Amino acid sequence: MSLKNFNWKKYTNYLVVGGVMLIFGLLSLVGVSDASITSLLERISIAAILAVSLSMVVGFLGELSLGHAGFMCVGAYLGGKVAALLEPSLGNGPLNFFIALLVGSLAAALFGVIVGLPALRLRGDYLAIVTLAFGEIVRSVVMNLPAKLFGGTLGLSTPRMDKKYLFIMGFLLLLACLAVTQNLIKSKHGRAIISIRDNEIAARATGIDVTKYKLFVFTISSFFAGVAGVLYSFSMYTVQSANFDYNYSIEILVMVVLGGMGSINGSLIAAALITFLNIQLQTMLTGDLAVLQNLFYAVILILIVIYRNAPGLKGFREKYNMRTISEKLFKKKKTVVENADAGEEEATNE
Amino acid sequence: MNEQEKIVSDNKDLVLKTEHLCIQFGGLRAVDDVNLEIREGELYGLIGPNGAGKTTVFNLLTGVYKPTSGKILLNGQDITGKAPAEINRLGIARTFQNIRLFNNLTVIENVMVGLSNQIPCNMLQSIFRLPRHKASEKEYYERALELLKVFQLDEYKDYLAANLPYGKQRKLEIARAMATNPTLLLLDEPAAGMNPNETQELMDDITFVRREFGMTILLIEHDMRLVGGICENLTVLNFGTELAKGDTATVLSNPTVVKAYLGD
Repeated sequence: MSLKNFNWKKYTNYLVVGGVMLIFGLLSLVGVSDASITSLLERISIAAILAVSLSMVVGFLGELSLGHAGFMCVGAYLGGKVAALLEPSLGNGPLNFFIALLVGSLAAALFGVIVGLPALRLRGDYLAIVTLAFGEIVRSVVMNLPAKLFGGTLGLSTPRMDKKYLFIMGFLLLLACLAVTQNLIKSKHGRAIISIRDNEIAARATGIDVTKYKLFVFTISSFFAGVAGVLYSFSMYTVQSANFDYNYSIEILVMVVLGGMGSINGSLIAAALITFLNIQLQTMLTGDLAVLQNLFYAVILILIVIYRNAPGLKGFREKYNMRTISEKLFKKKKTVVENADAGEEEATNE
Repeated sequence: MNEQEKIVSDNKDLVLKTEHLCIQFGGLRAVDDVNLEIREGELYGLIGPNGAGKTTVFNLLTGVYKPTSGKILLNGQDITGKAPAEINRLGIARTFQNIRLFNNLTVIENVMVGLSNQIPCNMLQSIFRLPRHKASEKEYYERALELLKVFQLDEYKDYLAANLPYGKQRKLEIARAMATNPTLLLLDEPAAGMNPNETQELMDDITFVRREFGMTILLIEHDMRLVGGICENLTVLNFGTELAKGDTATVLSNPTVVKAYLGD
């Protein structure tokens, strides 16, 4: 495939994520960017990994999971603990990070299997109930274990890795998460997963192994929640179980729902926007005004929901959405893209 | 030919056989002692008044319910109590009384889901986009398109399944069932909600599927014109039990059958 026929449209999200990573990576390299920007980017990458992985379960598989923060908690604590144990021998370089990443994400995936195996065999909303309980159980267990194990209520301290480049790691992992999710959804397995969401009885009658797919998707999703957890533990220096409560799971769910069920890019954008909004509110409203944070947050979410769904705004939405605006801005480019599409179709027809 | 040999040769081309099939929901015997024998290439009708247990028989055959007692044999193999997906892989495909398509997938993707067990490609091959993925996707597309052409749905291939007209949705459901490469096709009231023209078209389609694929078909139907027109043999159910069975003309003129349908 020559560069001219390359279908850029298909890879827009990779390009945007990779582009942001490169730009800020360079800025960081020359010393222009400051700690507040890098920490914002870290938190965005973490939120985006969580939202994209949850959208697989909620948006494509059609099962409700209310315990995504619980799996993140498993990743954060186990990854953080491993990193802290290895720090004396390996230092706090990338090697330590990767080992922690591996341990944290695989442990979260294992918990995904343990939770999913009984819950996903049942029809109905059992997964929501079980994951909700799981999230709370994990949180209170790590809090109440002896302090020398996971730090108890004070939290677990993790190695202080060079924060300058942690967000690059976060974005690379986000790219990996995007690639896995997208490749899975745009394949025979993705069709099977969507068929389960659309009509489970028909999917069974069509020979789809429903339990296998449900368990697989849930496990992959927990795996990436674990990845996000490990990133979080390195980003925050300390892991505190109180952060992984029910509200955090709901916040991730809000990102998926606002992004549009069954839209990977939507989850990505919503995750970035909500994280940005949260941090802005936290820095702008301090002192006595801090009580207003939640109020503003709620009002903005309500406005977004109204904008997305109100029937009266339909015309407005169609006139000013991302697609039409980008088409207007890049009118010349669009014809090129269309040619590229045609080119690829010809290629596949041959 | 002695008696023993005759039974063997009789059973040889039996695609489906049920022996004393029963299911009980609490105090209700929804299906009671149903014995079906369907031969290869046959179009068999299952009829009866509302609530007679016809769809329950389908749900038993496809593994949605597990029978309380009795046996189901598909091509001589015991499939009693197996899971729906497993039974589909062994060769039974079905359509539903209330259409169940994958509404957010396109027409061609619906058929591609039906092909899922025909063309191998595991998850790692898909996730890492190995060469097998691309080759299998091409095969999926081509085979699905071929099937859509047979059912004259190819011009709608990129429509969302939900946006198809009613009659075409029925057709697509049959196409999706055929994509799983069954030996026995179960059609649950395919003419429900259709006007006379659409029913006629459907009858032609069913005859066509039989001829083209040599398919054995078990049909639930209310429309007596359709049943009388295409079925060779019938079983009439009433309150879960067999009221009559045999060739279509005899069964339909049976006074007890007429009574069950029309009352005294």
